[in-house]
Amino acid sequence: MSVDLSQFHQVFFEESFEGLDVMESQLLDLQPGDVDSETVNTIFRAAHSIKGGAGTFGFMQISDFTHVVETLLDEIRAGQREMEQLYVDLFLLSVDCLRSMLGSLQDGSEPDMTKAAELKIQFQAILDGEQEAETSAAEVECSETESIGWHICFKPDVDILRTGNEPFRMFRELVDIVGASYVEVVPSFDTLPEFTSLNPEECYLQWDIYVRKAVEQQAISPVFEWVEDECDITYTPLTAVVTAKADNNPKQDMEAATAESTADSVMVPELPEDDAGAELTTSTATPPIPAASTTQASSDKAVSSAAPSASKNTTAKSAKSGNKSGEGSSIRVSIDKVDSLINMVGELVITQSMLGQLGQDFDMSKLARLQEGLSQLEQNTRELQESVMKIRMMPISFAFSRFPRLVRDLGGQLGKKVNLIMLGENTELDKTVMEKIGDPLVHLVRNSMDHGLETTAKRLAAGKSEQGTITLNAFHQGGNIVIEIKDDGAGLNEEKILEKAIQNGLVAEGQPLSSEEIHNLIFLPGFSTADTVSDISGRGVGMDVVRRNINELNGTIDVTSKPGEGSTFTIRLPLTLAILDGQLVQVGDETYIFPLVSIVESIQLEKKSLNNITGSQQVMQLRDEYIPIVRLDEVFNLDRPASESDEEMLVVVESDNEKIGLVVDDLLGQQQVVIKSLEQNYRRVDGISGATILGDGTVALIIDISSIGRHTSSITAAQKTTEQAA
Amino acid sequence: MASILAVDDSASMRQMVSFTLKGAGYQVVEACDGVEALNIAKQNKFDLVLSDVNMPNMNGIELVKELRQLADYKFTPVLMLTTESAGDMKMQGKQAGATGWIVKPFNPDQLLSTIKRVLG
Repeated sequence: MSVDLSQFHQVFFEESFEGLDVMESQLLDLQPGDVDSETVNTIFRAAHSIKGGAGTFGFMQISDFTHVVETLLDEIRAGQREMEQLYVDLFLLSVDCLRSMLGSLQDGSEPDMTKAAELKIQFQAILDGEQEAETSAAEVECSETESIGWHICFKPDVDILRTGNEPFRMFRELVDIVGASYVEVVPSFDTLPEFTSLNPEECYLQWDIYVRKAVEQQAISPVFEWVEDECDITYTPLTAVVTAKADNNPKQDMEAATAESTADSVMVPELPEDDAGAELTTSTATPPIPAASTTQASSDKAVSSAAPSASKNTTAKSAKSGNKSGEGSSIRVSIDKVDSLINMVGELVITQSMLGQLGQDFDMSKLARLQEGLSQLEQNTRELQESVMKIRMMPISFAFSRFPRLVRDLGGQLGKKVNLIMLGENTELDKTVMEKIGDPLVHLVRNSMDHGLETTAKRLAAGKSEQGTITLNAFHQGGNIVIEIKDDGAGLNEEKILEKAIQNGLVAEGQPLSSEEIHNLIFLPGFSTADTVSDISGRGVGMDVVRRNINELNGTIDVTSKPGEGSTFTIRLPLTLAILDGQLVQVGDETYIFPLVSIVESIQLEKKSLNNITGSQQVMQLRDEYIPIVRLDEVFNLDRPASESDEEMLVVVESDNEKIGLVVDDLLGQQQVVIKSLEQNYRRVDGISGATILGDGTVALIIDISSIGRHTSSITAAQKTTEQAA
Repeated sequence: MASILAVDDSASMRQMVSFTLKGAGYQVVEACDGVEALNIAKQNKFDLVLSDVNMPNMNGIELVKELRQLADYKFTPVLMLTTESAGDMKMQGKQAGATGWIVKPFNPDQLLSTIKRVLG
């Protein structure tokens, strides 16, 4: 039967890429000298699976290469070797190499084997001595002999049945190989105990098997391959002498067999008694080929095949084409998610049919049931919506996962010791956004490592720890996902930035700029503060491109920096596809939506607890803290009857870890809203993160809490400065 | 027709094995590691267990040991899917009570012919 293996290729590729990711992350966790055996095991398993799969599905380049990787891993796992830094590096390079090879294969092109061949030589050099010894040992076993047939003396251990091996099946297999008419199986009952002491789970029989056909030992020995350690087995070529013996033995045994006629005797049917005799008389003995020469030949073969197959594959390298595997072509969804979807759709159908039935002859007495049905429909829809959204959402760890490796490699290149901390890896982000944010993130991390962190010497001189720290942090804030890239380096050098900016004509000399404005200059085109242009950053893609990429996603990027303490880049990305749990509020005639997650509490506004500080800024004492009060009607310049009643509500929201109180007229209700981009349909409005369409068809704006928060603090700051000036 | 429990942590191998065996008319149940396999094995009786060696949670060797403790699996053929490089794995497998092994890589035809050796 033939099976088309190519149908499994896609699964194999996906699984292998996952395996490589596992290998990589585990390798990065590995501390040479203090190796956790489970970690090595996990790495080994991943390599092992890739090799096994590649061999099975016909990707011999992959399996050949993975084999050497696996062999070294196996030796480490078995404790024959210590894990060394050199090995870790080599393994990591292998992961890269395999990844690119698999990538090419997936695209249907021939992989570039140059790199693999180079690595293979290095692995081979490490493995050297014992590897050769092993192969030659293995080859010796396979020394072949030719003969006209075989006498196999098979004495299984008594507990052979315990491993599920059944001599009868082996004989049947033998018959399948050479044909029933050439096999004679003769049992011997010498060791059969008394019936009373007979354990039915043990095997007391022994057999002499005569194969009267000129087959190679290799052709029949696999039959007993599995039990070689559980039996005494000898293969004697049938020669004139042996045949004589064979002539006698079977007869005796046959007699014995008939005499005792045990029901337990295992025999192959159609014993070829007549044939056997005829065969024997006509055949002549062939001396076995000297074992030594066979060994020589086969080990030669082994050596030549082990030689790196570098040359023949190098020609194929340029075949690599530009068609990168289609971006976002598929998405792996766990079966659980799909099952729950199907389940929900099922429920939706039930609800729909229930409502349909209700609608056919509706009267007011059924109102309660209608309401019940509608609320069920609402619940179904909501659940369905959530599950569908979940499918697109992936934890940001997918984007973060490449950084440990990147930081490690780059740290080595730059000679900086860097500790990478990743927080909020489970923060979920839409897949399309995730794919687009990867490159800007890489650039920012590289930038932080190259420009942000000082050299070890400088750090020590500044009284800092030798090891620099880069922190990646992701979290949801309102309708945004926020990603921070923080380093504890020297911070931005404002003088240098200003100097460069003036030099490039980006700002005029003497132009007064705040620290923040100076920091943001680095996002302008044509800007690099590195003293020398290095390989790592300062060339090609600049911060301006990073910002442009993020802006394309409707996101923003900011930088804050303190001299000597480091810089923080903050990326805010909207979850444009997200559904938002919103609190509907009324301000004047307008309805706004607050993201429910940012709301801390809502209270009745008491005029008497308001205090005016610094001019118009009001604060309110809420328990033991003062929170700034923002009137939304003022922020959005709404015409609103100046009702001085005490009917106003205060919604306390939190953003950037700071609380502010927003004054609204009324709280309307909570509901899920679909965020529609305001930028795409209108333009960006400060303080508004998006819009949605309500059940009655009107448009409601979604408040961007953090931008309102920034608005307040900037007002406060501005007022402070004016006061100081005054 | 004989029922087979196929255990492998690699989805592609499992699919290949399962597809091949089903194509040949066997009933196949899949498990992705030893723990899952053992649970399934306790609930149903299988005529043959095919298991990978290197798996998380419970590897193939441990699985065989556990299976042999069960009355239903005392003599049931258990074949390990192993690679030629793992010479002592074969030994370990045998000592644990495995019937035999199939050397990876194997093609569907090899798989079927090997399975025929221990079924029936």
